[in-house]
Amino acid sequence: MKTLIAAAIAAALLAPALAQADDFTLTIKDHKFTPSELKVAAGKRHTITVVNNDATPEEFESHALKIEKVVVGNGKGVVRIGPLKAGKYPFVGEYHEDTAKGVIVAE
Amino acid sequence: MLGALIIVFREVLEAGLIVGIVLAATQGVGGRGRWIAIGIGGGLAGAAIVAAFAGVISEAFQGSGQELFNAAVLAIAVVMLMWHNAWMARHGREIAAEMRNIGTAVSEGARPLTALAVVVGLAVLREGSEVVLFLYGIVASGTSMGSVFIGGLLGIACGAAFSALTYFGLLAIPQRYIFAVTTWLIALLAAGMAAQAVQFLNNGGVLTAFDNTMWDTSWLLSEGSIPGRLLHTLIGYTERPTGMQLVVYVGTLLAMYLLMRLARAPERPRAATV
Repeated sequence: MKTLIAAAIAAALLAPALAQADDFTLTIKDHKFTPSELKVAAGKRHTITVVNNDATPEEFESHALKIEKVVVGNGKGVVRIGPLKAGKYPFVGEYHEDTAKGVIVAE
Repeated sequence: MLGALIIVFREVLEAGLIVGIVLAATQGVGGRGRWIAIGIGGGLAGAAIVAAFAGVISEAFQGSGQELFNAAVLAIAVVMLMWHNAWMARHGREIAAEMRNIGTAVSEGARPLTALAVVVGLAVLREGSEVVLFLYGIVASGTSMGSVFIGGLLGIACGAAFSALTYFGLLAIPQRYIFAVTTWLIALLAAGMAAQAVQFLNNGGVLTAFDNTMWDTSWLLSEGSIPGRLLHTLIGYTERPTGMQLVVYVGTLLAMYLLMRLARAPERPRAATV
């Protein structure tokens, strides 16, 4: 019985994770993000694939989005965001903060 | 060079703070230098390995490998910190008494030292792997590598200096209170780490329940600023905590308190023989 309850709780917690929303792609090249501004729908979950076309690693970081993710050189990483309130959420590539920056606009 | 120094220092800061607190918390316990050195050394070796396999880790579990790895590392650290505080609840008084009476180190403290050595190791591993990747990136790109690399090394040195500052700052606390203070610090450290682990699970798409943002204090103190980062490590400060993070934060503090009560209870009849 206990395991059943535990399984039910686990299922309830995990279920929303399976329902994925829109997918986006951000590309890093020459320590810059393309696009540098990404519009997403507010109140929904999104996955963003960060593709790093530079040879050097980068850390995708956003305190506003609460994300810290290392993306190795010539690799990619998936970040999950949302649901977001309408607004602007800046992000940077922490290893090259002066050039690698952008913003996610939820509306 | 300055840019690299700042980036590396920011990463090293968290581990430095933890090392400083652990050093203060193990005041008067024999052999602690060796254990903590093992923790740091093991953490550095681990950081290099994690950095080398960053791509593999990242792609594991449908791209959530890095998040799950970080969450697991934090969870282990939380358990170790709980173990330490429970152990101190039972033995702290004896250690404090012996320190007063003899003024020398207590040899009995080997057990919590393994726990804290693991905590130090994991902190160094987590932050260190990002430093290794950053420095590797500089070396790999080959441009103006010398000065930036030196900046990175200076950043590490600054982190170590900060660690020493934390340690000596805590030592300034009168000996009667130092265990009480470090116990609190470790409890808050653990609660903050647990809340951070929740965020990683959320980012990994594993635990998304109650992930609505409770409040936003980014206007007051940015998590990206140095004071913000310090508070993030010390007490788990987050600009925008989620409901689940709050629940886990409070739950960890509560669990820690109960565990310490339980550990303390049977102490009296058995006195110093345990």
